[in-house]
Amino acid sequence: MKSKNNILKKLANKAYEFGFVSKIKTEVIERGLNEDVIRLISGKKNEPEWMLEFRLQAYRYWLTLEMPSWAHLSIPPIDYQAISYYADPLKKNNEGKSKEIDPELMKTFEKLGIPLEERLALSGTAVDAVMDSVSVKTTFKEELKEKGIIFCSMGEAVQEHPDLVRKYLGTVVNYRDNFFAALNSAVFSDGSFVYIPKGVRCPRELSTYFRINAANTGQFERTLIIADDDSYVSYLEGCTAPMRDENQLHAAIVEIVVNNNAEVKYSTVQNWYPGDAEGKGGVYNFVTKRGDCRGTGSKLSWTQVETGSAITWKYPSCILRGDNSQGEFYSVALTNNFQQADTGTKMIHLGKNTKSTIISKGISAGQSQNSYRGLVRVSKNADGARNYSQCDSLLLGDKCGAHTFPYMDIHNKSAVIEHEATTSKISEDQLFYCNQRGIGTEEAIGLIVNGYAKEVINKLPMEFAIEAQKLLSVSLEGAVG
Amino acid sequence: MSQEYIDIFEQNRELVEKPCAALLNDARSKAYARFKAAGFPGIKEEDWLHSNVSKQFAANYGMNLGRVNVKADRQSIFTCDVPDLKTRQAFIINDTFSNGSNGKELPSGVVLASLNETASKNPALLASYYNALAANGDSIAQFNTMFAQDGLLLYIPKNTAVEETIQIITLLQANVEMLSNRRLLIILEENSSASLLVCDHSSMAKQTLSTQVTEIFIGRGANLHLYELEETSHSNTRLSHLFVRQQADSNFIHSNITLTGGFTRNRIEVTLEEGGAAADISGLVIGDKNQHTDNRTLVDHKSGNCTSNELYKYILDEQSTGVFAGKMLIRPDAQHTLSQQTNRNLCLTSDAHMYAQPQLEIYADDVKCSHGSTVGQLDENALFYMQQRGIPAAEARHLLMHAFAGEVIENIKIDALRDRLHMLVEKRLRGELNHCKGCALCK
Amino acid sequence: MENLLEIKNLHATIDGKEILKGINLTVKAGEVHAIMGPNGSGKSTLSNVLVGHPAYTVTEGEIFYKGKNLLELAPEERSHEGLFLSFQYPVEIPGVSITNFMRAAINAKRQYLGQEPMNATEFLKMMREKRALVNLESKLANRSVNEGFSGGEKKRNEIFQMAMLEPTLSILDETDSGLDIDALRIVAEGVNKLKREDTSSLVITHYQRLLDYIKPDIVHVLYNGKIVKTAGPELVMELEERGYDWIKALNN
Repeated sequence: MKSKNNILKKLANKAYEFGFVSKIKTEVIERGLNEDVIRLISGKKNEPEWMLEFRLQAYRYWLTLEMPSWAHLSIPPIDYQAISYYADPLKKNNEGKSKEIDPELMKTFEKLGIPLEERLALSGTAVDAVMDSVSVKTTFKEELKEKGIIFCSMGEAVQEHPDLVRKYLGTVVNYRDNFFAALNSAVFSDGSFVYIPKGVRCPRELSTYFRINAANTGQFERTLIIADDDSYVSYLEGCTAPMRDENQLHAAIVEIVVNNNAEVKYSTVQNWYPGDAEGKGGVYNFVTKRGDCRGTGSKLSWTQVETGSAITWKYPSCILRGDNSQGEFYSVALTNNFQQADTGTKMIHLGKNTKSTIISKGISAGQSQNSYRGLVRVSKNADGARNYSQCDSLLLGDKCGAHTFPYMDIHNKSAVIEHEATTSKISEDQLFYCNQRGIGTEEAIGLIVNGYAKEVINKLPMEFAIEAQKLLSVSLEGAVG
Repeated sequence: MSQEYIDIFEQNRELVEKPCAALLNDARSKAYARFKAAGFPGIKEEDWLHSNVSKQFAANYGMNLGRVNVKADRQSIFTCDVPDLKTRQAFIINDTFSNGSNGKELPSGVVLASLNETASKNPALLASYYNALAANGDSIAQFNTMFAQDGLLLYIPKNTAVEETIQIITLLQANVEMLSNRRLLIILEENSSASLLVCDHSSMAKQTLSTQVTEIFIGRGANLHLYELEETSHSNTRLSHLFVRQQADSNFIHSNITLTGGFTRNRIEVTLEEGGAAADISGLVIGDKNQHTDNRTLVDHKSGNCTSNELYKYILDEQSTGVFAGKMLIRPDAQHTLSQQTNRNLCLTSDAHMYAQPQLEIYADDVKCSHGSTVGQLDENALFYMQQRGIPAAEARHLLMHAFAGEVIENIKIDALRDRLHMLVEKRLRGELNHCKGCALCK
Repeated sequence: MENLLEIKNLHATIDGKEILKGINLTVKAGEVHAIMGPNGSGKSTLSNVLVGHPAYTVTEGEIFYKGKNLLELAPEERSHEGLFLSFQYPVEIPGVSITNFMRAAINAKRQYLGQEPMNATEFLKMMREKRALVNLESKLANRSVNEGFSGGEKKRNEIFQMAMLEPTLSILDETDSGLDIDALRIVAEGVNKLKREDTSSLVITHYQRLLDYIKPDIVHVLYNGKIVKTAGPELVMELEERGYDWIKALNN
């Protein structure tokens, strides 16, 4: 027992690897939020009138809302007037015309392991790198363009492909959806835009890398992915932020449209700064992610490995509208120290013969609270719906909490819905067995936790999977004795 | 809606309090303050998402606050014919206790009596129990305490075993729409034991609503089996709140069976206060027409080395709605907890709705906890297998449904009651009237 | 001898896929037919179609049983008419005891035949007698149908039910699969004891070993949804020695 506590302490002291701050000249607008700020953001991005209207409408609605309190989280009050809603790390020319990338900025992404020069790309992944409020660079754009694939920043999409953006933006996540969706719709800065045309199988993994750098800013990116009929794309998202004592707000929206027989795989490795061992600082990650499987036979798969953020509030969801459409949610959420996570998914079965699978693995250590919250709804006309959910929790230490809150709303007699959940800890026997074979306790925990999470990690593209495995071991070093 | 009842209370407070013991009135004051502050719960509250309870109070109910003596010839409206089940009977008519005639003498020291009467005559017996648990209940429990004037007390002194099953029958009698607030207080001292069957027959042709608060204290090493059976009507609203507190090494078995009803809400809170306590709670719902049955359970593991088992099953036909929300709460000190929860549901039509929320909230690491919940239909392969053996499809479905329900009934430890329930479920599933023959209500 | 079962040009599909592609087969009263064939040839489909499994669709052809159009009868009516399938994978039915299950089956059949339900004493006596036939322990009879049974117990339970229902035509679908040699003998002996002058069997199997115990009069080879060879019992040995490849070669 004694050695266990020592190791727990050691874990708490483990440094956050990506906690450095970059010295980049960044244009940050005044803190605070009002209609003028929204006009300013819209103006900086040279947006058309309809885009500004979209923002203002969302802002006015947001003013009528209160922050939700139903999650199993204790969220300190957030002063929305103390946040700056726009930070641009790109150096501008005199006229603000063509932007150059600051060499510091290139270095930052290199340090993060995300080379922005195409020749350095290791895995052949096309990257859209977003720092603070602005998309810094998108790689492999030209090559993708040949296939008709559009992969660019949201800001660029509004300029270059206004019809597509206007057609789809806000159709999956309406600005009225929730508090943070309304806020994001009002102030969103940048993010990625992906369009895969009919019948095209995207030859590269597409990826967005998010980095919060500037102090006292919030990141409000918005991603929109449209997979047209018979297309396929695998999309990856990674995130980090510097160590800062104050909390940073990240309130993103991801919208995905999946048409007939198309398939989208969306993978996230989320490693926002989780705060220090005393629970000071860290990112508040309040994200709305949703995909609409509109087409017959469409498929959307969410995979997430969540190790970061002080507070996570996130439910990547699938609306299974098309007949025979399928939704999947694979999640590993690891919390340590004073982290809190309330995460899960929603599977809304609307079409006939729709299928969904939910595999959630929670790992709690330190004094953290880790909750799975998921909804499976089968509407009246969704004949033949099937769902299988499995939610396991692993507790490492006796000061943390693991919670499971599934909701099942079933309105169709032909539905077959199964939910199972178990809670356990790493057994002394397992650890001893490893010890006897010469594996140290810390390493053994890493092994066992990785084994526990394997079902989910296997769903990630290979480079990401290796990254996720490392991340789990690092985040957990010494969690149990 | 809340204000209407607050007004009624304020205008009639003297009338309400006059016949009651100080113990009841003291609790009443606190409950009144709480209800006034909170009012009826709204459907936006997590605990009431699928049950609009405030609406249930809208009818123009009569409340017998002046305690006008209702002439009740209970034998003419109720005779229970559980064959071979010898019980000691007691009645609660509206909210008033009334002793039954049959059955053996109770062991010495056992009190089965009117709550209000005992609270007046012997307040020391109840003082530390009455409203001790319900004080922290939701606002429906506060509503009940605010208006409660009588009910039943069962007190079993230590080392006393009551062999004969005690059957408590709740009935409503009036010729107007009626709202009644019942109260049950059950105290089992150290190493005592009892089995209790509570049959809710509160049904009349008119719209009725009853709130019921049951507080149960199970002392160290004591053992209680509680079987609750609802056979009311589609025009009845039942709002029940059961609180159980278990001390070390005590045992509690609960079967909560809803065969017929209108709007039913059963809130069940079992607190495992001390080590070695075990709770086995189960429920069965058979719903049809517009029946709405909401069971919300909480098993609160406050101490280590306790065990809880939960099994709830629903069969929903026609436009009925089922809500199941079961929470297992394992507090930081509750190491070595074993806790398991199972919820299985059958929807027979697409107009039937099931909302299931099995929940685990765990703050201790050395525990074994799991839950499982399913919604589905009868096994098609089993159906075909039975047809191949010559059993007609309808009969095969029936057998499978009965088998599905049977798992809950098998938990009942009294043979005669178990057989009787198999029979009632059988009749219920066949759509036959499920009330006992000889019962005037069914004729 | 009279024709008990007559299958004419039977075509059947599952999930839109054609499995049976024109089966012709006649079984006379008293005969034992073996249907052999490689995996995936349609053996189980044939037995399921005969007893009316809802997952299969008959697209063409006719089946006459005791002169009646079998395809017009519900599965339970086929059962009442004396058609019994010993399933390859008997399903588990939790919560339904074998006793209740058999009582429901027997009484449904008696009602169909216009007879009174069997009284309890008579029924229990019959249960006891038939159980002895396949060494089915009495404690199993109180358990739920097939729940937690071993492979051998499940098959013995099938033959026990066959004894209870006294079928005219019994179909044994891979009854030998999953049985060790002792269990196989018990099951086969049970089947042989139940054989009467006027009852017939269709024994569906991949291997010869069950046919060492249950001697067929006629042997058919089913391949790719058709009966490609019919001969006497000597065909069993030939198949055992040469396997199915030569049959496949002949028909591809």
